[in-house]
Amino acid sequence: MNQDRAPIYEALEEFRRKRVIPFDVPGHKRGRGNPELVKLFGKQCLELDVNSMKPLDNLCHPVSVIKEAEQLAADAFGASSAFLMVGGTTSAVQTMVLTATKKGDKIILPRNVHRSVINALVVNGAVPVYVNPDTDKRLGIALGMKISQVEKAIQENPDAVAILVNNPTYYGICSNLKKIVELAHENGMMVLVDEAHGTHFYFSDNMPMTAMEAGADMSCVSMHKSGGSLTQSSILLVGPEVSPGYVRQVINLTQTTSASYLLLASLDISRRNLALRGRDEFAEVCRIADYARTEINKIGGYYAYGKELINDDSVYDFDTTKLTVFTLDIGLAGIEVYDLLRDEYDIQLELGDLGNVLAYISIGDRMREVERLVSALYDIRRRYKRSRSGLFDHEYINPMVVMTPQEAFYAQKEEMIPIRETNGRICTEFVMCYPPGIPILAPGERITQEIIDYILYAKEKGCSMSGPEDEKIERLNVIKENSTY
Amino acid sequence: MEYWFSEMHSENVKFSIRVNKHLYSEERDYVRVDIFESVDFGRVLVVDGYIIMTERDEFIYHEMLTHVPMAVHPNPKNILVFGAGDGGNVRELLKYPSVERIDLVEMNEGVVDACKRFFPDITGCLSNKKVRIYQENALRHIRHIENRYDIIIVDSAGYFGPGESLLSREFYGSCFKALKEDGIMVNQHQSPFYDEDRIETQKAHKRIVNSFPISRVYQAHIPSYPSGYWLLGFASKKYKPVDDLREEEWNKLGIDTKYYTTNLHKGCFMLPKYVEKMLEDVENVND
Repeated sequence: MNQDRAPIYEALEEFRRKRVIPFDVPGHKRGRGNPELVKLFGKQCLELDVNSMKPLDNLCHPVSVIKEAEQLAADAFGASSAFLMVGGTTSAVQTMVLTATKKGDKIILPRNVHRSVINALVVNGAVPVYVNPDTDKRLGIALGMKISQVEKAIQENPDAVAILVNNPTYYGICSNLKKIVELAHENGMMVLVDEAHGTHFYFSDNMPMTAMEAGADMSCVSMHKSGGSLTQSSILLVGPEVSPGYVRQVINLTQTTSASYLLLASLDISRRNLALRGRDEFAEVCRIADYARTEINKIGGYYAYGKELINDDSVYDFDTTKLTVFTLDIGLAGIEVYDLLRDEYDIQLELGDLGNVLAYISIGDRMREVERLVSALYDIRRRYKRSRSGLFDHEYINPMVVMTPQEAFYAQKEEMIPIRETNGRICTEFVMCYPPGIPILAPGERITQEIIDYILYAKEKGCSMSGPEDEKIERLNVIKENSTY
Repeated sequence: MEYWFSEMHSENVKFSIRVNKHLYSEERDYVRVDIFESVDFGRVLVVDGYIIMTERDEFIYHEMLTHVPMAVHPNPKNILVFGAGDGGNVRELLKYPSVERIDLVEMNEGVVDACKRFFPDITGCLSNKKVRIYQENALRHIRHIENRYDIIIVDSAGYFGPGESLLSREFYGSCFKALKEDGIMVNQHQSPFYDEDRIETQKAHKRIVNSFPISRVYQAHIPSYPSGYWLLGFASKKYKPVDDLREEEWNKLGIDTKYYTTNLHKGCFMLPKYVEKMLEDVENVND
């Protein structure tokens, strides 16, 4: 297919030239009714904020330009079908889960799944089977799925209908996707890949294997992350064994009927850019990230890791565009370095967890900003380095699933129990440490002393905690004792 | 026929110079360099639309950036200069026999090349054997250096664009580290007059105050810069700018200047009340 085309963008341009009189929504009428909005976003932006109509197609049932744009995207990503998404990659992840499972179905997941996956289980009542991801004890990060653990989960749950894989993880760690797909398909299970952080794998020669190449059934690529489109836009990719018509029905269960053409056009243009220029651009991204890694490792005390982590199993491959730096050896938690960089150096990173900070390097980066980041890390070490003792570096806690997320979410609760008194109870809420948004507790899981200690510590260290009804995370909601569970 | 060059000093204030002849225009590494000739300012160097140097008034800030720290430090030998590919600071520094080595870091080679062609009188000094020129990113150059320089002069072009990194916290921290235990750093502090400039001046001042134990601001009158009223920064680990001025010794050197005198040195740290206040406003705020 001709990847020079951008059908939605072209249709919008043509529509603008026609100067059609709008007696339809949106009510701002090309911005005229809301001059302050025009001042903020610009006239062109407001003129393109239009409703679905015949010349512009309709995302709920694409037949013309959106359909073409989706076909071009499928072609560019090597998928059988592609779906433009306007509810974030969250909506794409949920569509995968809701397509593959229904109430009571088992789905095999690594614990470091995004909260959107467990939210989908609350919606449809499927049962999570967690695979404990391997962890790197020194770095305190979750790694990929070990083949042996996937095999074990399949043997123990032959009735599971799907396996979900994070590939790559937030930290750039990849699993042996091809082998997981083989195992799953031999056992009649679908493979869903949360490829939110791997859009660029499809447009680069020296990157880890993509989900579609590995033969996965569904995958979501967060175009707004490495792909360069507007925030909240995303693409869902589907392989040959999945019915695209059914996927569209699932999407329409929750997706808006007023999809933003700003988001759709941004997906269209970004896909075109990736297809035409992605290889060169990501070669440059890799060069910048490699340079930064080398320079940061020269400082001493920091560890910016790369392909040396590869162990052919739980780190099957590594995405070198992810610039993650381990900070505990200079005596500072990742979150502390993350805060210092923002508050004192005006540098915003993607995430800081207990042991690491992650700088997101992408197609918009230039060397001069990278030099600032490296020098700022140098300066932080000079000013704040301290001995390492007393730092807590435990990151992964094995969950004890007592009931499904859906049962727990809707069960009778005792509300607002002080967190220190919840040992042994079953939680009905999420507790997340954000970023990276991996659950510490999910609805239906047993609270342990270790979990309580971890939550208190992460709070003290300044991690942003979210999930519970109590915003301060001093209290949790738990299942009422003596209830049927 | 009239040609005018205009620089926006604020969104609503424009400073214009009549152009006799446009001599040079080139864009390299996203940086555009222009040189033109004018009646009152002579040749003018413009980077990304901002006047960086004019033949007519360059002596003012080059003298104020160099002689102020040189008259305070008792034995300045190793000096690092950032920016200023034009060579004006180096010309002044070479007037001191004590100076053994001057390292000049200019990120943009376009500026160096253009200056060599069109300001040969000023750049001539760059071929002196005490001078070494490094064409690389300033942060990259300095971050691994410790305890090497007596004086660092930061002749930065402005708050936006490639010069931006010369106004960052990490840069001032790196300068502190690269200075010896009695080292001095001076820098351009921009104009306090227009709102947008003032906010940047305050931010830079705060970063320097946080990085150095002694941090003072002084002033100069520079007609071709925004509002014509310009601030410079004096940051140091040990010496105070006025108390530690070595007036007699400096005057004995017999250095020829057009703007700087030791009397002016003492006076230029006396600031108008509104400037004092805007600096104090950020000095007393903790992070």
